[in-house]
Amino acid sequence: MKILIPISKNYVEPRFDLASEVVIARVRNGQILGEPRIILLPGATPEEICALVIKEDVSAVICGGIEEVHYQYLTWKKVKVFDSVIGPYEQALKLALSDKLEAGTILPG
Amino acid sequence: MTMGKSTIIRKADLLHVLDGIPHGIAVLDKRQRVLGLNRFLGALTGYNSEEAMGIYYDYVLRSDLRHKGNPLQGVIETGESTSVEGDIINRRRQKIPIRFTISPIKDSSGKLLGMVLTLEDISVLQDLGKKIHDISRMEGIIGHSSKMQEIFELIPMISQTDASALITGETGTGKDLLAFAVHQASKRSRYPFIKVNCGALPESLLESELFGYTRGAFTGANTDKPGMFRLAHGGTIYLTEIGDLPLPLQVKLLTVLDDKEFFPLGSSKKVKVDARVIASTHRDLKEFVRQGRFREDLFFRLNVLRVHLPPLRKRDGDVRLLIDHFLDVFNSNLKKSVKGLDQKALNILLSYYYPGNVRELRNILEYAITVCQGNTIRSEHLPKYMASSIKKEPPSIDQGSETGMGALDNNAESPDRASESISWTSVEKRMIMDALMKTGGKRGLAAELLGWGRSTLWRKIKQHGLE
Repeated sequence: MKILIPISKNYVEPRFDLASEVVIARVRNGQILGEPRIILLPGATPEEICALVIKEDVSAVICGGIEEVHYQYLTWKKVKVFDSVIGPYEQALKLALSDKLEAGTILPG
Repeated sequence: MTMGKSTIIRKADLLHVLDGIPHGIAVLDKRQRVLGLNRFLGALTGYNSEEAMGIYYDYVLRSDLRHKGNPLQGVIETGESTSVEGDIINRRRQKIPIRFTISPIKDSSGKLLGMVLTLEDISVLQDLGKKIHDISRMEGIIGHSSKMQEIFELIPMISQTDASALITGETGTGKDLLAFAVHQASKRSRYPFIKVNCGALPESLLESELFGYTRGAFTGANTDKPGMFRLAHGGTIYLTEIGDLPLPLQVKLLTVLDDKEFFPLGSSKKVKVDARVIASTHRDLKEFVRQGRFREDLFFRLNVLRVHLPPLRKRDGDVRLLIDHFLDVFNSNLKKSVKGLDQKALNILLSYYYPGNVRELRNILEYAITVCQGNTIRSEHLPKYMASSIKKEPPSIDQGSETGMGALDNNAESPDRASESISWTSVEKRMIMDALMKTGGKRGLAAELLGWGRSTLWRKIKQHGLE
């Protein structure tokens, strides 16, 4: 499965719709496979990011603030969305791998 | 806002006070981390003060401020308050349009301790389409100063009626924009908005332009011409520079205002029109009435609803707001990526007195952005005449214009003015003398002060025998 996180430097980007960078990690059995891919999306609209999620066959999205319309679209497409996550994206990813991440998690750092 | 460091630390007390304010308020330290949120902001964002404590503000607010040139950093660098419009996405996944105001918190020595970020939910205003905020933004009227807020509040009221309105204000203050905003907000908005410049045409042409003519009314009148009043039927006719309307036409205009009908040139048939009249002028119409250059009855007829647009120098805080706005506009129009101004350039812009008001500020920024090759406007990118204009006192143009009515007002305080016959020649002479006295006889500076070219000033000095 794949996890996509819109990022800003080393943190989860506070706004899904304003993300200009995302990281996509391939995971299996709670482990990251290979090096996560960072994709630059300069000027991308939230719809384009949603399209990328579908195109990449992403199973889960970890993000900060996301509008209801995009949240509903992704969940309708069977994508699990952990929104309102605050903190370093690597920590968020680790928590997701150990099944401990929840929407609204505030991570230290 | 100035307060001691200990006051910031005693944020519990402070937040208790802030809880009573009906806007979202975040107190931040100078590293832009949250020290506290008031209750209103807690409700707006979905985070309470304890949860948000110590977190970089934007992880809590989820605003688009970082994508608007990070105004918080600007406040840290300049120590000046600023306002920006944008939005947030809250925990309930709602995107809310917000007006952000960022103010520095300083100690008594002026050292920055932190910032207060105020969030005003403007969604209600935006939802109501025709309401104040939308109208002003839509028509490009921008301002957060109390004087402009008063104007914005007036727009819906003026729009609801069909009474004539008179808009006064110096050149470049936005009279045309306001007139159009009033039209757009009125029930006439689906009908034409016709603008006629009463100062641009000679009397005979203006009459045919305004009221139209019938075929054969005069040599060359080969077809009927409806005239602007008829074109504006159902809508609004906007008469700009009404102070320059020739006296005979003032009578005819008065008739139209009273009877809603008129005779086109050469016609024996009356034409009925239903057009709302909005007039504007940068001149002092009362003074014109006193001089017999404007009919008193027409003045009273137009003066039913009067809006005076304040000059930019009297709009507290709006210069900064307009600078940010025009940076956005021209960056986009000119395909540039200028991020802001350095402190020196900003100081020059903030202390300039803008005789040409918003139009002048817009032109200055267009020039600066065009000239600037980097991403920060420096003082050398500003028009050269500005460098010598810092802290220069305005020539008190309350009802005046570029052509110098301001000096007339200046002299209103002079005791011997009453005895002097007021003619343009005498006013002009006095203006030149005042300017020369203010600049210690330096003609170059005097020319700048008057807004004239040096050669114009020299020619006029000669003409008035002031050599």
